[in-house]
Amino acid sequence: MKLRTLTAAGVAAALLALAGCGGGSENSGADGPIDLRMTIWSANAKHAALFDQIAAAYKKDHPEIGKITFEAIPIDNYTTTLTTQIGGGNVPDLAWILESTAPDFVTSGALAPIDKDADLLPSATANWEQDGQLYAYPFSTSPLGVFVNTDLVTAAGRPTPAQQIAAGTWNWEQAAATGAAVQAKTGKGGIVVGDFDFKGWDTLNSIWAGWGARPWSEDGKSCGFDSPEMVDAMTFVHKLVFTDKAMPGPGVTKDFYAGDAAMVLTQISRAALLEKAKFKWDLVPLPKGQAGEYSVVGQAGIGVLKRGEHVDAAKQFLAYFTNQENSAKLAQFFPPPRKSQLTTETLAKANPLLKPAQLQSVVIDGIERGDIKTSHTGYAELQQTVRAALDPLWKPDADVKAVLSGVCAKINPLLSK
Amino acid sequence: MTLLAEKPASVLRRPPERAPYWTMRRRDQLAGWLMVAPQLAGIVAFVIVPLGLVVWYSLHEWNVLAGTFDYVGGENYQALLDDPRLGPALRATGLFSAGLVVLNLSLALFLAVLLNQKLRGTVVFRTLFFSPVVVTLVAWTIVWGFLLQDNGGINGFLDLVGIDGPNWLRGDTTAMISVIVVQLFKNVGLNMVLFLAALQGVPAELYEAARIDGASAWARFRRVTVPLISPTILLTSILTIVGSLQVFAQIAVLTQGGPGTSTTVLVYYLYQQAFQFHHFGYGATISLLLFVIVLALTVLQWRMRKRWVFHEA
Repeated sequence: MKLRTLTAAGVAAALLALAGCGGGSENSGADGPIDLRMTIWSANAKHAALFDQIAAAYKKDHPEIGKITFEAIPIDNYTTTLTTQIGGGNVPDLAWILESTAPDFVTSGALAPIDKDADLLPSATANWEQDGQLYAYPFSTSPLGVFVNTDLVTAAGRPTPAQQIAAGTWNWEQAAATGAAVQAKTGKGGIVVGDFDFKGWDTLNSIWAGWGARPWSEDGKSCGFDSPEMVDAMTFVHKLVFTDKAMPGPGVTKDFYAGDAAMVLTQISRAALLEKAKFKWDLVPLPKGQAGEYSVVGQAGIGVLKRGEHVDAAKQFLAYFTNQENSAKLAQFFPPPRKSQLTTETLAKANPLLKPAQLQSVVIDGIERGDIKTSHTGYAELQQTVRAALDPLWKPDADVKAVLSGVCAKINPLLSK
Repeated sequence: MTLLAEKPASVLRRPPERAPYWTMRRRDQLAGWLMVAPQLAGIVAFVIVPLGLVVWYSLHEWNVLAGTFDYVGGENYQALLDDPRLGPALRATGLFSAGLVVLNLSLALFLAVLLNQKLRGTVVFRTLFFSPVVVTLVAWTIVWGFLLQDNGGINGFLDLVGIDGPNWLRGDTTAMISVIVVQLFKNVGLNMVLFLAALQGVPAELYEAARIDGASAWARFRRVTVPLISPTILLTSILTIVGSLQVFAQIAVLTQGGPGTSTTVLVYYLYQQAFQFHHFGYGATISLLLFVIVLALTVLQWRMRKRWVFHEA
């Protein structure tokens, strides 16, 4: 009996020692340098270089700051990884947050409030506010545009979107015809919706917004998938894939940036991927939809995590990182949410790849007019539920209306929560 | 250790009527405990304690974003009983396990019997079938993902022989078949090697005796081989069933539980609930259900072994 007790005590002591080792090594000293860590989803070397440059300049004036680390997490699992870090007690000081999960982060109380600069556009901050208080800086406010491989379009014998814009015929019917012609004549992909891959359905808002459709009402309480606008828009998408064959089908990958597709609908911040493109390309606004001209804006915020170790230091760094001067530098990748910087001059300086006309029509007009992408509390669960319910749509003989009613049946219990 | 060495000496000086405390038996016991202590500490730290924590979490609503951890009693268990998504998840898990276990064991045994022959080139084939076992699971799965695309390698091959292949990962049935096959070829080599070892342990004189008695090849396999390798069949079936219930990476990489929820197996569903939807308490409850299922199946097999496993009757 005694031996058993002895062994148990020994094991317990060993465990405690183990636990002690883990706990003792944390850097919690107030006197030592403060290390800050920000999670981001871009692993782009140019983005990283610019961030490091800003961080280095900040450290010069702030000797109390030790290291500033920008930790890239792949976008596919970004939010899951971030929340797992938070849950595991490994809380980053700052984090990029996707617009779709903004309500979850803002309403849960995970973020510390930050100061609001009067220069910020109200349309850009709306998603990140609660009770008049700002919880994240709308770091990137990036309108969706259409990148066009003009070589492929011309090879298929179609007028380029720029020519169609000049002729006033740049609409979805024409875009579909161009996509279909490219797929039929060149064997390459027609229209690709960036990050969609028949799973990320929310990226389709770059199409359905042109029909005036929304996945759910503005208050988030009622389902919009069965609305006539959405049925029309999704019927169009279904036809685009299976009848017109203007969009690569499910399970088929066509990389626009490698020259394998005619057009991609995506955020203008992806222009960096085209630097070494071996084909001629253009950036144009989204085609006119059934409800007229429209624009969609993708957004990312940077928030300070309330349970991070150095909340005040993180707030100060965020203020510096996004101030007037740095915002102008960041504008080459991330369109700024500042009124004073939304001019073709500022943007042109930062975006040498884009022409002033493209910046005016896509970026400036887009941000002023655009709908922010879909968001809701409990977004991940909604995202998955809609994805599963929408899967039957991606078959040639699908009954669009019935599938969309099915989506509403599945998500209504979640929306009414 | 010095404590152990000195004790008996001091004991000798005591009055003879008192039995020495550190008897040979006790010393052996202590040595035994000390030898298993590292392993025991590992089990306690990495199995018992986490298991206890999972039970604890399952009684709570844990919102990682808000940082709240509230006791909710049996609410998560009630939610599990009422969850309309649990049935389909159990069904997908059952389909996956049944498909994998049957295919894996029969293919592994078939390959083992084949490669147990004394023919040229068997070593090459053994290596070939075993090599996927040592390949990283995710890399293996990603490569299969490319092959299974609608315009991927498999349909390209089928096209050559005039067959219009299905869109493997987008059809309910074909997606399930795909993940089963990807897992099958990944691990069949391991069971094959175990079977090969067992086959080589079957005494040759038993086959000889059977042959003299006029037993056909099938009868020899059925009456001599199978009974003698039945302990290995038990081992491989337990390992394969337990492994199949824990399938995750293939689903996460290839289908993300889709199309619809056709490949949302229990582990993937618990990952969604806990890590994607932030319902950690509920995720813990699902993992306990999985634990009970694995335990029940293993106990059942262990109990049934007496009926069919040689040496156990």
